Amino acid sequence: MIGLGHYLSVAAILFTLGIFGIFLNRKNVIVILMSIELILLSVNVNLVAFSSFLGDIVGQVYALIVLTVAAAEAAIGLAILVAFYRNRGSIAVEDINLMKG
Amino acid sequence: MRRIGDEAMILPALFFYLFAAICVASAVMVIASRNPVHSVLFLILAFVNAAGLFVLLGAEFLAWILIIVYVGAVAVLFLFVVMMLDVDFAELRQGFLNYLPVGGLIGGILLFELVFVVAAWTIAPDVHSAIASPMPPANSVSNTQALGLVLYTRYVYFFETAGVILLVAMIGAIVMTLHHKPNVRRQNIAAQVARTRASAIDVVKVKSGQGLS
Repeated sequence: MIGLGHYLSVAAILFTLGIFGIFLNRKNVIVILMSIELILLSVNVNLVAFSSFLGDIVGQVYALIVLTVAAAEAAIGLAILVAFYRNRGSIAVEDINLMKG
Repeated sequence: MRRIGDEAMILPALFFYLFAAICVASAVMVIASRNPVHSVLFLILAFVNAAGLFVLLGAEFLAWILIIVYVGAVAVLFLFVVMMLDVDFAELRQGFLNYLPVGGLIGGILLFELVFVVAAWTIAPDVHSAIASPMPPANSVSNTQALGLVLYTRYVYFFETAGVILLVAMIGAIVMTLHHKPNVRRQNIAAQVARTRASAIDVVKVKSGQGLS
């Protein structure tokens, strides 16, 4: 029977893969943003699993808020990326060392 | 001899392992694939399978939101940006193997700690007294309705704050990416409306026989 531990394991593996992706693709900002999305997804899996197994709906409300913030973060991150590419013609993380555009 | 109850126990487990395996495998491909377009497509696959996990957990509304918001909006936004930027992605992947040891070390430590937590936790005995708003029984109220019953009453300020966050993100994204090209002639409505007869017309008296200047 599938219990809470199974879902927590899946979320832990997803979280680790997200961290791993940030370390591995240190030059590509797009993959780093996707890794952050994976991390937030694993957090959501945790929240929903606890919500379901403890019978408390607040976890799903919290997951909804996390989802909203993740969507806003993706939009802002990609907008910064596009603006940066327009200024510099590159999206390598190593080139991003100035606050001024 | 098998009863109906056995199948009812086996099928959710089967689907859990299916969704979890595809989700983890596509997450691996997100960070390992060479082409960022493939990465985005695998991210979509991971989100769809996570939505399947949410359905198994009884959170149908969040599953649909995950499909609509993530697969429908965020992943397409990623795809759009990846295709719009003309970047040599092979160059960006150089050094991938250099970071493998340190990344593997950090990831391994983290996974070790998390597995430790998963293996050794227990639910506190008095957790049921700490539940903020208990989930109504599933046969009387659907998941969407149960979520709405608390989201629009007790947590309405959080809901409105989420809306404000989305508004700020939208305006910020537009402000950052909107730019006017120079050398493009645009209609300046304010200047057109502000034109008066005095600024537009110059009345010249021409003497007969002399002409202008």
